[in-house]
Amino acid sequence: MRVNGAGLVQLINRYAEVVAENRTYLIELDSAIGDADHGENLDRGLKAAVAKLEEVAPTAPSDVLKTVATTLISKVGGAAGPLYGTAFLRASAAVQGKPELEASDIVAALRAAQDGLVARGKAEPGDKTMVDAWGPALTAAEGALLAGSDAVGVLAAAADAAEAGMRATVPLVARKGRASYLGPRSAGHQDPGATSTALLFRTMADLAATCP
Amino acid sequence: MKKIINDPSKVVDEALAGMAAAHADLIRVSYDPHYIVRAEPPRSGKVGILSGGGSGHEPMHGGFVGFGMLDAACPGAVFTSPTPDQVIDATKAIDGGAGVLHIVKNYTGDVLNFETAAELALAEGISVEAVVIDDDVAVKDSLFTAGRRGVGGTVLAEKIVGAAAEAGADLAAVKALCERVNASVRSMGMALTSCTVPHAGKPTFSLGESEMEIGIGIHGEPGRERMPLEPANAIVERLLGPIVEDLPFASGDQVLLFVNGMGGTPLIELYLAYGHAEHVLAERGITVQRRLVGNYITSLEMQGMSITLLKLDDELVSLWDAPVQTAALRWGR
Repeated sequence: MRVNGAGLVQLINRYAEVVAENRTYLIELDSAIGDADHGENLDRGLKAAVAKLEEVAPTAPSDVLKTVATTLISKVGGAAGPLYGTAFLRASAAVQGKPELEASDIVAALRAAQDGLVARGKAEPGDKTMVDAWGPALTAAEGALLAGSDAVGVLAAAADAAEAGMRATVPLVARKGRASYLGPRSAGHQDPGATSTALLFRTMADLAATCP
Repeated sequence: MKKIINDPSKVVDEALAGMAAAHADLIRVSYDPHYIVRAEPPRSGKVGILSGGGSGHEPMHGGFVGFGMLDAACPGAVFTSPTPDQVIDATKAIDGGAGVLHIVKNYTGDVLNFETAAELALAEGISVEAVVIDDDVAVKDSLFTAGRRGVGGTVLAEKIVGAAAEAGADLAAVKALCERVNASVRSMGMALTSCTVPHAGKPTFSLGESEMEIGIGIHGEPGRERMPLEPANAIVERLLGPIVEDLPFASGDQVLLFVNGMGGTPLIELYLAYGHAEHVLAERGITVQRRLVGNYITSLEMQGMSITLLKLDDELVSLWDAPVQTAALRWGR
């Protein structure tokens, strides 16, 4: 399987639907340890990204990712805007000039996205953030690629690992973001950022699995 | 949820429209992107002072735009920091050629978005400096958190730095002054109730009739500790103790005492608390030389308060006393 720009547009459209369906769930997760805005902000940003993609109609994968990145940065605010925006912006740069992405390109884009995320948010594994879903997903994707998987296999492995990482945030004490102010009281709650990240990876894997 | 709103997604736009109408003599509002600037154009050679943050903390920051205080405020969505394009456009709108100071509260989203905006503004040839306010003593160990939050001290910093910019201080001087205020100010807050974010539709947390949260921020986020409700004097002492010990404030110090309501607490309770706070400070030999009591940095309709202490010297006193004419703070002019 190879992914072109139209495939990425389809991904963003589907992810926007998934986030809209999970808007209240993400708000509730954020209410427990943060300020109750994660679901609302992502929903607003992705709706704007969907509209922007329709208006600009980019065709190259890097242009699709860049359009999403700039829309998220300018519409979301909070921590999610710059973090997801940076991730998409770095992914865009990593696939510059490629009309289609194969498994190795996808992994390179995921690696660039995570590097951007870490550079921007300065979170480390175990801080109870998006990185706790993103890190295991990237490791699994790289492992699957080395083992010879195609894009479908790579993304399936990444999605499973992202969900395991998301669940593993439950007992952690937050050290970044607003949840960190709760100290030990942040333990026992699933991180909303790791949850939206796991949803993104699951959406990618599900779409890839249904592609011809 | 019972609120005087039409549609949760239009709260900020509609509130800004009302604010623009109510204070047409003081401010102008841009809606795409959202920012509030002074009604009069920027004065050539004056450093612009800009702040911003999530909406829901009214009158902060839009209520502090005007003579002697802020030149612009960037309101984000409710409890969400503004986006970089808001900050860049507002920065450009107020630059009088002498550069712009961004006063940022220490929250992850605010810091990330203001940093991004400052980089882009610099790339466009505008001198931008930023100071991050982090006065909340409830957050103890910055090695294990995102660092102390910016709370009530932000109001005092905006007033004092705004006065200095009005008087002609340059960008380096206002930045240094803002850092000095931040180093001299400490706060702590508490809540009797949660607040309800309009888009969430229900309270962020729930507190029993006989409980209170100590060490809250300003976003309806839970505090550090939940405990049985106490009488006002005990609450005041519980907040003042860590504040005084932190700087530390010592006998002989002259201070500004700021008792702030979180939005849902009436002035009668804030004055009651203020009276005891001044008494406690007097017992420690600390003299309250200036004071501020009221709802200035709120958390929607949350019941609760925060206490802020700023150590004063002659320069800070004269800048605090300097004329100010904004929607929410007004004296001397």
